[in-house]
Amino acid sequence: MAVPTYATPLERVWHYAYLVICGLIFFFLIAPIVVIIPLSFNAEPYFTFTDRMLSFDPEGYSLRWYRSLLTFGMQNPDATGWAFWSDAWANANWVKAAKNSIIIGVASTVVATGLGTLAALGLSRPEMPFRRAIMAILISPMIVPLIITATGMFFFYSNPCELLGIFGLPTNCGRLAGTYVGVILAHATLGIPFVIITVTATLVGFDQSLNRAAASLGANPRTTFFRVTMPLILPGVISGALFAFVTSFDEVVAVLFIAGPDQQTIPRQMWNGIREQISPAILAVATLLVIFSIALLTTVELLRRRSERIRGVTPR
Amino acid sequence: MANALDPHAAIATTAGGLTDGGLTDGALRTADGRPLVRALARSQSLARRRAFLLVLPLLAFILITFVVPIGQMLQRSFYNDGFSAHMPQLSQWFAGNPRGAEPDEAAWAALAADLQASAEARTIGIVGTRINYDVPGTRSLFTATGRQVRRGIEPPYQAALLEIDEDWGDPALWSAMREASSPLTGNFYLAALDRTRADDGSIQQVEERQQVYVMLFMRTFWLSLVITVITFVLGFPVAHLLATLPMRKSNLLMILVLLPFWTSLLVRTTSWMVLLQQQGVINDILTWLGVIGPDGRLQMIYNQTGTIIAMTHILLPFMILPLYSVMRTINPSYVRAARSLGATSWTAFRRVYFPQTLPGLGAGALLVFILAVGYYITPALVGGSSGQLISNMIAMHMTDTLNWSMAAALAALLLGAVLLLYWVYDRMVGIDNLKLG
Repeated sequence: MAVPTYATPLERVWHYAYLVICGLIFFFLIAPIVVIIPLSFNAEPYFTFTDRMLSFDPEGYSLRWYRSLLTFGMQNPDATGWAFWSDAWANANWVKAAKNSIIIGVASTVVATGLGTLAALGLSRPEMPFRRAIMAILISPMIVPLIITATGMFFFYSNPCELLGIFGLPTNCGRLAGTYVGVILAHATLGIPFVIITVTATLVGFDQSLNRAAASLGANPRTTFFRVTMPLILPGVISGALFAFVTSFDEVVAVLFIAGPDQQTIPRQMWNGIREQISPAILAVATLLVIFSIALLTTVELLRRRSERIRGVTPR
Repeated sequence: MANALDPHAAIATTAGGLTDGGLTDGALRTADGRPLVRALARSQSLARRRAFLLVLPLLAFILITFVVPIGQMLQRSFYNDGFSAHMPQLSQWFAGNPRGAEPDEAAWAALAADLQASAEARTIGIVGTRINYDVPGTRSLFTATGRQVRRGIEPPYQAALLEIDEDWGDPALWSAMREASSPLTGNFYLAALDRTRADDGSIQQVEERQQVYVMLFMRTFWLSLVITVITFVLGFPVAHLLATLPMRKSNLLMILVLLPFWTSLLVRTTSWMVLLQQQGVINDILTWLGVIGPDGRLQMIYNQTGTIIAMTHILLPFMILPLYSVMRTINPSYVRAARSLGATSWTAFRRVYFPQTLPGLGAGALLVFILAVGYYITPALVGGSSGQLISNMIAMHMTDTLNWSMAAALAALLLGAVLLLYWVYDRMVGIDNLKLG
């Protein structure tokens, strides 16, 4: 975007000022995320750049916070070699939290993506009745404040069968709170809106006559779905799944309310760390999570481009 | 009828052929002789049912794990049987005697009997907790009296109970017990609006130093508005730049918007804590530049400033993305036309460009506002006491005071506001147009 030739001098000045303002806003967006990366290598327990760090003295930098991440909760942090790593794998708190986050994230993503994709296919059909109202209900977990959702889930998951009493059925069937299943279902609920939004967006550009063509050529509905529809909407499904995974991977409120001590996830461990005694070890976790989100963002961007290419939508 | 490509014509022709077979009512029919209208309706209802069946599993899942639990929770805001279920005889006395009636010996006898039964069943704590919401400090009165009454109590009950603790004669306590004697109550909503019922049943404001909720609601809406306006001011130029740059460059810059969007909320909140604290990076830079003295370090966190800065940063992408997708579709020749007709660049922007961005602005502003109103994590971590929002109060009632009915009443009011905004969003923007990245 260039200044038009007929611009007055004042407009030229404004144009450059505008570019500077935009630069500052971009800086505001990105600086907080970038700045924690060098700080996580601080050799001192401070949250600011020490003089030695500023003079690029190697002494000022260290990996001690990364090491403390690993050793926190270990039984014998002074061991070496194999004993150290197996101890870390089995006992280190952050490793446990990462395992939990991944188990819960993957399982809830599978539930959310499966149900969400199916529903998006139905919602994209022109015949769908009550489309608007149903869509509003399915998107609502994203809109309703998390604290309200978590509070509702807290009571429901403590005794999921309470309402069966209305039908005269037994009202006690165990609890879902404090179990993996409970947290997974809760996170699936929170991830579903993202799957619905991305998959229906992909289906907007989907040419329904392709399905009819397949049917007229003798394919049954299942073959049509897996051979024609699925390959075309797959990029949308995958980015929806990634959204659902990130939602679960980053979720702390529902975990605080319904998870037990066995379902300690990374965000919950971070939450505890921030609330009690914030140490630069939190910055080390944050750095790892930033790298993780860069990887996810790259994947989603590549998928989006691929989706545009195969659907013939070329960017301007 | 001559058009062979028209399916209706083809069917009509077939139907015409069938009329020779004795069907002479003149209605259009399909090849197998059914009336066309009915066949079409059947096939459409089949298609509708198929589409609905695809959505049904998810709809059932959301209803069971999301809608019903929230409904169940909200029920607590107007239904609390903590007192009435465990104090049946006294509740009956209240039902039979009008408000303002002095408790007679029958009432005291009912109270003593209920206390005794409740202490036996170990439910006296629940009863005390329920009354404690309205008259603070009475939980121990119930449990302590319960212990004594369990050992035995002799009539006259009024004198006996007053001897155990003279607080039993307090009219405020009796008024609270009367309110609690019916499980259905609007009192939690009254409390959520800083109102209370006087002894004679009239509604009045609570004392000034106890008025917190209305102020918190106002603060929540005010801060959300401030944050929405700031995200608009910051988001508009950026969205405009991204929309007018060539695709290659704008895709590159878009990463700077999307990376924060994909980064964990806790990570972003943590980095603001690190940047804004008194010994943090920003204060260090300002001191080094000499803007502030070493003693004048700014308090930018654990107050409203912290909440506003961190939430603006977190919600900014939700403003930029809808604005960007609308601005991308604006034809630049309109502005050029305006300029060529003599408009100054400011007029062209104000009268031609800006009105076209309004759909994106509406979508972004509503989304940011809706998300800000319900924010919990960021204010809890960086808000201190002056930056707490209504969500934090709900969490406090859930986990610290355990006044779940109060939490539910606050949640119901907040949810009502959010759903109203959601409805407006759906009317104005349409949920289908919600886009992510």
